[in-house]
Parts: sequence; C-alpha cells; structure tokens
Amino acid sequence: MRNAFIEELVALARKHPQVALIVGDLGYSVIEPFAEEFPDRFVNAGVAEQNMTGLAAGMASEGYHVFTYSIANFPTFRCAEQIRNDVAYHELPVTVVAVGGGLAYGALGYSHHAVQDYALMRTMPNMVLAAPGDPMEVRAAMRFLVENPGPSYLRLGKAGEPSFHTAPPEVAPGRWLKLRDGEPDRAFLSTGAGLQIAMDWAVTPEHAGREVYSMPLWSMAAKASQAEMLRTRSDVITVEDHLYDGGFGSWLLEAKALDQSLTCAVRPRALDPVVCGTVGSQATLNRLGGL
Amino acid sequence: MASLQIASVDLARRMRAQAVKMVHRARASHIGSALSIADIVAVLYGQVMALDPARPDWDERDRFLLSKGHACVAVYAALAECGFIPESALLNYGQDHSMLMNHISHKVPGVEFSTGSLGHGLPFGVGKALAAKRSGRGWRTFVLLSDGELGEGSNWEAMMFAAHHGLDNLTAIVDYNKLQSLTTVDATLRVEPLADKLRAFGWAVREVDGHDHAALIAALERGAGAVGKPTFVIAHTTKGKGVSFMENAVPWHYKSPNDAELSRALEEIGDA
Ligand SMILES: Cc1ncc(C[n+]2csc(CCOP(=O)(O)OP(=O)(O)O)c2C)c(N)n1
Repeated sequence: MRNAFIEELVALARKHPQVALIVGDLGYSVIEPFAEEFPDRFVNAGVAEQNMTGLAAGMASEGYHVFTYSIANFPTFRCAEQIRNDVAYHELPVTVVAVGGGLAYGALGYSHHAVQDYALMRTMPNMVLAAPGDPMEVRAAMRFLVENPGPSYLRLGKAGEPSFHTAPPEVAPGRWLKLRDGEPDRAFLSTGAGLQIAMDWAVTPEHAGREVYSMPLWSMAAKASQAEMLRTRSDVITVEDHLYDGGFGSWLLEAKALDQSLTCAVRPRALDPVVCGTVGSQATLNRLGGL
Repeated sequence: MASLQIASVDLARRMRAQAVKMVHRARASHIGSALSIADIVAVLYGQVMALDPARPDWDERDRFLLSKGHACVAVYAALAECGFIPESALLNYGQDHSMLMNHISHKVPGVEFSTGSLGHGLPFGVGKALAAKRSGRGWRTFVLLSDGELGEGSNWEAMMFAAHHGLDNLTAIVDYNKLQSLTTVDATLRVEPLADKLRAFGWAVREVDGHDHAALIAALERGAGAVGKPTFVIAHTTKGKGVSFMENAVPWHYKSPNDAELSRALEEIGDA
C-alpha cells in the first residue's frame, strides 16, 4: 500500500501542480521519489506533528492540496485539534495520511496501534475517510480526494497487501464495491484491511453464499445513502480492524437508525479492546481481538 | 539507600551485547538509537539513581523516564543486568504476548512510564518533579530525550513550566547524536544553538561527552545540578556507538542485524 500510495502521489503531482507532501520525519525508503521529483512541494517538518498539520492547513489556504504523512496515531491524535479547527472547520484540502492502520505495527505496542482513528476522524462533519482495502483502492481513493478537494483522512496498511481489484474501481463516499458474488440479501461489508479478513471468511462454510463488498470511502454525509443499500438486504456483517466503539460498523448502525423502517440486521465485527496494550504480530493481535 | 554501585563501563558493555541480541532475535528496528544511550543508561542505573531491584515500586527511588521509547532495549537490558527482571525475559522481547513491547512499557517491573510517541516524557517528568516538590519528597526525576524529539512543542512547554516552578529535582538529558529518522538533525529542524536555547528557557545546562562515564557521573550525581533551576545535560553521542558499521548511519535506525552482522557486532562489543 505504501508503494501504491507514493506512486499515485507522484502521478497526481505531475497532473496537479497544487499537490504537496509534508512528512513528520517518517517515510524512509518510501517518500524519496516524491521528494526528488518535487523538491518545491516537499518538506520534512521534523518530529512536530502539530506544527506539520497547522502549516499544512496554512498552505492549503493558499491553494495547495497538502498530504501530511506519518505513522499510526502521530498524524491524527497528536494533532487532533489542528485537524478539527484548522483543517476541517476551514474546509481546507488537507489529506492526513497514516501508515500502519489497525495493528500493522503490532509488536511496537499501544503507542503504534491505530485502532481508534475512525472514531476521531468521523466526528468531523466534512471529513472524508479513505480506508482502502487493497492497493487499487488506494489509487482510486487518492484520485477521488484530489479531484474532490476537502478535508480527508487516508488510512494505509504497511506493505505487501494483496490486490483484490484488477484496476482502480469507481469510488465515492458511501459506495459499496462488490468483490465477491453470492446471495443478494446477505453481505460482508468491510472497510480498510477488513477486506482481506472478509474475503477469508467468505470462503468458510459458515458464510457460504455471502457477498463481499468493500467501502473504501465514507463520511458523515454518506450515512444518508446507506438506507438504499440496507433496504434490500436481511443481514450485513461489517468487518474492520478498529475498535467497535466509534468504528465503521457503528457508523452503519447509526446510518440504519436514521430510517426506522429498515429491518436489515447489521452485525459489526470489530476489535475487542483486549488488544490494547498486548504485544504481537498483526495476525496474532487481530485473532486475539476477534477477527 | 544509595545507588546500586555497579561498575558502569562493564554494565554498558553487557547492555550493548544484550541489545543487539534482542533486536536480532526479534528482527526489530532502532538498534542505533539504543547503542547511542547505553552509556547514559548504564551510568544512571549503575552509579547515579537510588534504586532497589527487589522493590521496583520503593517510594524513595529516583524516577527514570525514557522519552525516546524506541530505544527501549537498552533499558530492558539494564533492568535485567540490575536484577529487576530475569535475564531470560529478554528472550521474549517483541514476541507474541511478551511484556517487553518494542517501545518501553510500564508493565515491566522498574519502568515508570510507557512511551513510543515522542514528546511525552518531559511533561510527565515535570509532573513527577512537581509532585515530589509539593509533597516534600527527596527523590529525583530523570528524563532521557532524543535530539530529533526536541522538534515536539510539548518539550518546550514543559521546559517553560519546569523553569517557572524552579524544579531543581528534575534532570533532562538529551542524547545528542545529531541524527534522526531520515537524515541529520541539522538538515531536518536545527536545534542549535541548543545550549543557549535551553539557558534562555531558564535551565542550568551542562555539556558532556555522552560516552565518557566519569563525565556523565559528574554531571548527573546528586548535588551536581543548580539550585532553584532544572538541569539539562546535553550528552554528545554517536548513534550506533560501539559497533563500527552501525555508527552514524541512518539505515541502522531501521535495520535489524543478520547473523553475520550480529557476530561482528558482538565481537566489537567484546561479548564474552
Ligand atoms: C510523535 C512521534 N512522531 C514520530 C515518531 C516516529 N519516530 C520514531 S523515532 C523518530 C526520530 C528518531 O530521531 P531522534 O528523535 O533523534 O531519535 P534517535 O536518533 O536517538 O533514535 C521518529 C520520527 C514517534 N515515535 N513519535
């Protein structure tokens, strides 16, 4: 995902002169192609995420679309108020990029576990959340975010994720992307790295015949479009590598609650808080957390 | 109770050997960062801080906070060498369900505070020092930071507070190895003139060679600091110190030694 990210960012920067990148002293052996080709649109802000985000908002107010880049919680929680007040409230085109979403940095411990980021970002009214499930969704999401500039959050895994799409899909906030056929009334709906897990579960006898969809883009506003998707279904299991509270399944439940006539069961599968503070590989921790 | 009186030069050597073994086994990063602080940590644990390995929570102990939590293997090794945790625990570093996570963890006996996100140690240390002052207790607080970490504004807020409140029971040490994640500190966010900045923020400042044990002891021992002000020790260090091919090399912020590199490293460190 990191590679798809930097390749796509370079491609977008060639087309769009306003695309800029600010890193928080991170991105070794990832961000160099951008820094070399666009030195005027690159800066390493140092280990100073609040300033990184504040200055990104300032640059965005002068016409840039700024991507801020760091890992796990550093570009989000560390500078939550800069995102809330400077970026989101002023409706500025800043894309906050976090690598190591979920438990990708398992052994690095709680400081590096990004399992509460959706909760933070999705309470900002005009924020678009991008949680791609594969490298193709990374590219599609980034194109959408640059063509529809505004406050956004891009959550990436690390490296080596498999591709499920053969080409970048057509994406929009709230849109369900079908990845596996099945009976039309039962579905998995994942976001982010939940896609891989949903695809694995879909081949087990317990879930035979269940469709798989990915939702790489979502937002507060996109809740309104979910009734239409839930109306024709009886059972949707959401899958995410985030805590249940404030997460993606909770988002869909909130969307469902907007229309009391919906009867579709929405059953979130998310991480149990037992993973908080436990050390282990991503796979071990996801399993421990119930995924 | 006084310090543990463990010969610190030999302690640092054993810690360096343990540290490279740990990152090799766990295929973990940050060995350069840990070797950089081995002498400072050995001096603190062996010669300076009042500690009791049998009672990690002993109320009179001096408090140590590793703000650059990514360098935790140096401290885990010190804790094992000083008897806080069994040496065998080091084998589990970074493994599934280990208490030794790859950033310093307060779930380990003898560790006060978990870090991993830079810029948290000094504000927390200021809180401890203020608590000691307000409750009339005599123990000291030490916070070890990295130089790139000084980019975080939280440190400068804490510095203003500590000076304003005259926290002379607080000692901050910066591991000034001049490198950070992508390149040098100078090429990222200059900290110079560092001593002048820290003095202007109201701190007493001492500059030492961070690998010279006598100089470190002289700067850190009880009574060495100023009265009425917190003390900042600028420790000039070499990232990767003690293993020639890791010294002053950015890639060793990330790389984990392979088998051949481990043997060479242990040979240079003088692991018996
Ligand atoms: C708030 C925060 N931002 C970013 C990081 C990622 N990170 C880990 S170490 C490091 C910088 C390393 O340089 P320095 O602070 O000088 O430490 P040292 O060279 O001694 O390892 C960074 C950016 C982090 N741990 N915390």
